[in-house]
Amino acid sequence: MTAVREQTAPHPPPGTGHPRRSPGSGPRRPSKDGGPGVWPYVLIAPAVLGTLYLLVYPLVRAVVISLQDFGLRQLILGDARFVGLDNYGTLLGDSRFWEVVRRTFLFMAVDVVLIMVLSTLVALMIERLGRFGRTAVLSSLVLAWAMPVIAATTVFQWLFHSEFGIVNAVLKDLGFASFDRYAWFAHGPAAFAILVALVVWQSVPFAAITLYSALTTVPVELYESARLDGASGTRIFWSLTFPVVRPIFLLVCSLEVIWTFKAFVQIWVMTNGGPGDATTILPVYAVQTALSSQRYDLGSAASMVTVVLMSGVLVLYFRQMFRQEDELA
Amino acid sequence: MSTTRPRMRRVPLNAAAVVTVALCLFPVYWMVATAFTPARDIQSVSPRLVPRTWTLDHFRTAVGADGFGLFWRNSLLVTLSAVLLSLVVALGSAYAVARMRWRGRRQFMLMVFIAQMAPWESLIIPVYIISRDTGMLDRLPTLTLVYFMMTLPFTVIVLRGFIGTIPPELEESAQVDGCTRLGAFRHVAFPLLAPGLMATSLFGYITAWNEFAYANFLIIKQQDNRTLPVWLSSFQNVFGTDWGATMAASTLFAAPALVVFLLLQRHVTSGFAAGAVKG
Repeated sequence: MTAVREQTAPHPPPGTGHPRRSPGSGPRRPSKDGGPGVWPYVLIAPAVLGTLYLLVYPLVRAVVISLQDFGLRQLILGDARFVGLDNYGTLLGDSRFWEVVRRTFLFMAVDVVLIMVLSTLVALMIERLGRFGRTAVLSSLVLAWAMPVIAATTVFQWLFHSEFGIVNAVLKDLGFASFDRYAWFAHGPAAFAILVALVVWQSVPFAAITLYSALTTVPVELYESARLDGASGTRIFWSLTFPVVRPIFLLVCSLEVIWTFKAFVQIWVMTNGGPGDATTILPVYAVQTALSSQRYDLGSAASMVTVVLMSGVLVLYFRQMFRQEDELA
Repeated sequence: MSTTRPRMRRVPLNAAAVVTVALCLFPVYWMVATAFTPARDIQSVSPRLVPRTWTLDHFRTAVGADGFGLFWRNSLLVTLSAVLLSLVVALGSAYAVARMRWRGRRQFMLMVFIAQMAPWESLIIPVYIISRDTGMLDRLPTLTLVYFMMTLPFTVIVLRGFIGTIPPELEESAQVDGCTRLGAFRHVAFPLLAPGLMATSLFGYITAWNEFAYANFLIIKQQDNRTLPVWLSSFQNVFGTDWGATMAASTLFAAPALVVFLLLQRHVTSGFAAGAVKG
């Protein structure tokens, strides 16, 4: 926790005039011998070159492929020709594609609302717990967080196994006889719900721990004076706690939007997008189209649509982040 | 914190804490418990919360499965080299950003922040085609490079934050005492960076250890170059419905991450939080 405290504790409330100028956080004044010269550029060169070749170049290739007629034949012979926006036309004219887009947003919205509500509650709870309870909850959050995605996905498949799964057994014992051998993965909405549960289970730890560490930066004196003034718990939360953690809350929220929008592995491994199309969201659709149907052009076009939709969230994310950066600068 | 709170009000709070702990841990527990449960008890319509008898059979099946050691080695190799590469490259960039003033510094950080949000799931197709064209398909170094790039931005951001918390005066005084700039960094700042290096390498380790999509689609013909996550996902096909072996394999796969995280919990949470809070 030391790092967070050191960086955030001396933070003045916004609007108190001079922004903090701690010795370490800003760049060093240029030295008298004329600044650092070429050294910074040498130091960043590997990172820049890596980004250009491993990130920018594939992205450009993806755009190019999405503008070509690119199937299995072109993959082997390499004689793809440009067809302009034809692929996008095909995609946007396909009602199945729009169904997938709608489902992607539904999946994201349900996930993010659940994640943010639950993790805020958990963070507030951790803050109020005693030393022992706090350690216990934090440790179990960390354990759930450390669980590898594939392992967690496999375990959820096992938990919801139709014959021997413990969820069906417990539901049956509780008197819901209809859950005897209920085949979760054969029913669209049920499979969808399990994937939501899985993603929420995997995401709450990060969000809760981050929000909790944000809560610890609220000065205790503020709470004390608010309580002396007779403010209620809800009132304190909305007019004191929330404004302070708001930047980090929004940051976590946009991160979760991006992450759930990109959820791929869980779905691919657990349901492959099925049953039918019930759990197919955009990234799954793109990979299915490209690698299973060998329509690399359509798959790339779908990927690019995903990127464009996500950039909307990115703009929000960056606006928030730069506001924070300015405060820290 | 507040000791004046009446005891009665703590009951719902503690109940909520117990529920949270149970919900977080149950899937992990159930994985381990199933892995130790004899097959006949697994195939029971009313599962027991605590296995009646314990067995190591499933672990034997999992470890004895074709190529287990090989895939374990592949995963370790790819993960460690990606993390190391990313640490070395990021340390240079983070130092340049935190300690030097130069033209393009802000633009560089903007690039890093954008790269952190890279749509990796959308780049499988071009990366596949580029790897094929350069003869890098089916090879482990390809995965290393991709994982390096996936973890690099986060590593730069967090290390920059950590370097920022170390007062430059410390290094300056070492330089006055006759150290070179590099020597001053190595002897003074580097030890103070340990928590940051730990947090970021953990992040890289988890990302690379877990990565499935690229490992699944870039390693196709050379089955010997597969990594553990891919192997695990194909487990059910290999073993039919042997859930005991599947859970044992999952346990063996998850164990390193779980143990390391639990041991370093304090550093992990603060490091991740620092990274998240700062961007």
